[in-house]
Amino acid sequence: MREVNIDSRLDATDRRLMVATQGGLPRVSRPYDALADQLGITADEVLRRLQRMLDCGVIRRIGAVPNHYAIGYTANGMSVWDVDDARVDELGVQVGALEFVTHCYRRPRRSPDWPYNLFAMVHSRNRDEVAARMAQIAVLLGDACRSHDVLYSTAILKKTGLRIAG
Amino acid sequence: MHDAATPEKWPDEIDRRLINALQGDFPLVAEPYRQVAEAFDMSEAELLWRLDSMLERRVLTRFGPMFQIERAGGAFVLAAMRVPDAEFERVAAQVNAFPEVAHNYRRDHALNMWFVLATATPQGIAETIAAIEVATGLPVFAFPKEREYFVEMKLRA
Repeated sequence: MREVNIDSRLDATDRRLMVATQGGLPRVSRPYDALADQLGITADEVLRRLQRMLDCGVIRRIGAVPNHYAIGYTANGMSVWDVDDARVDELGVQVGALEFVTHCYRRPRRSPDWPYNLFAMVHSRNRDEVAARMAQIAVLLGDACRSHDVLYSTAILKKTGLRIAG
Repeated sequence: MHDAATPEKWPDEIDRRLINALQGDFPLVAEPYRQVAEAFDMSEAELLWRLDSMLERRVLTRFGPMFQIERAGGAFVLAAMRVPDAEFERVAAQVNAFPEVAHNYRRDHALNMWFVLATATPQGIAETIAAIEVATGLPVFAFPKEREYFVEMKLRA
């Protein structure tokens, strides 16, 4: 995660801009002018505020959010691992650095049914590829890992992104 | 609810190049679509048409800023439920009706519904979880992140 060097607090106008754009940018020639009209500020101010939110990490990026399935990633495996607490942070960074891991987090265990504390998302074209990649993760974790599992997604039930009330 | 896209909905080669190029760094200039279109040697009208079409076909789920609400005082939390198969559709509809549910996936496990809550305040998470439990009559298990090792939101099309 990037370090926070810039004040990431939002004022009321930032929040209105967030509410106005969280569903998407207007698809018109001058989208920032359209937002400016909607919010009653200038287009320069819209651009300045978006840039500031990018700089401080409130906006991760601006662009296209693809549906994994539609671009061929039909095997979406949430791999979960029970890793020694003393080593999970060191190993989590290494797992996250693998080129095929798109998200990697430490999360609480839910004993006894859920012993896993390391989550690594692997998006692939098929389940064999996910299995091969998980084998690589298993090698990396070695004897620090006691057990693991993988949960494949079988349907996207919802994917709207966040919707903060305006 | 939708599963894998059907073949006629798949992006063509130009769509794929656009998806790969547009997963970040959309220009903050007066006419950003024109600037992108020029780089692709297409008209602005074609770019807008392709984006609209990909959104309509659900090749793209969104086109715009991706917010990291935690940086703005809010919270994201992964949560899961164990939903009986016979009740799955009802529960999915009830869970998805909450605007705080940013995305939701069915997964093949005893914990078969996994969703992410996004709220404007950290307290909003506990309130939403309690409300989902009341609405569905089922327990919700929260898996808040304790450490983030890596997040990459871009995928090659």
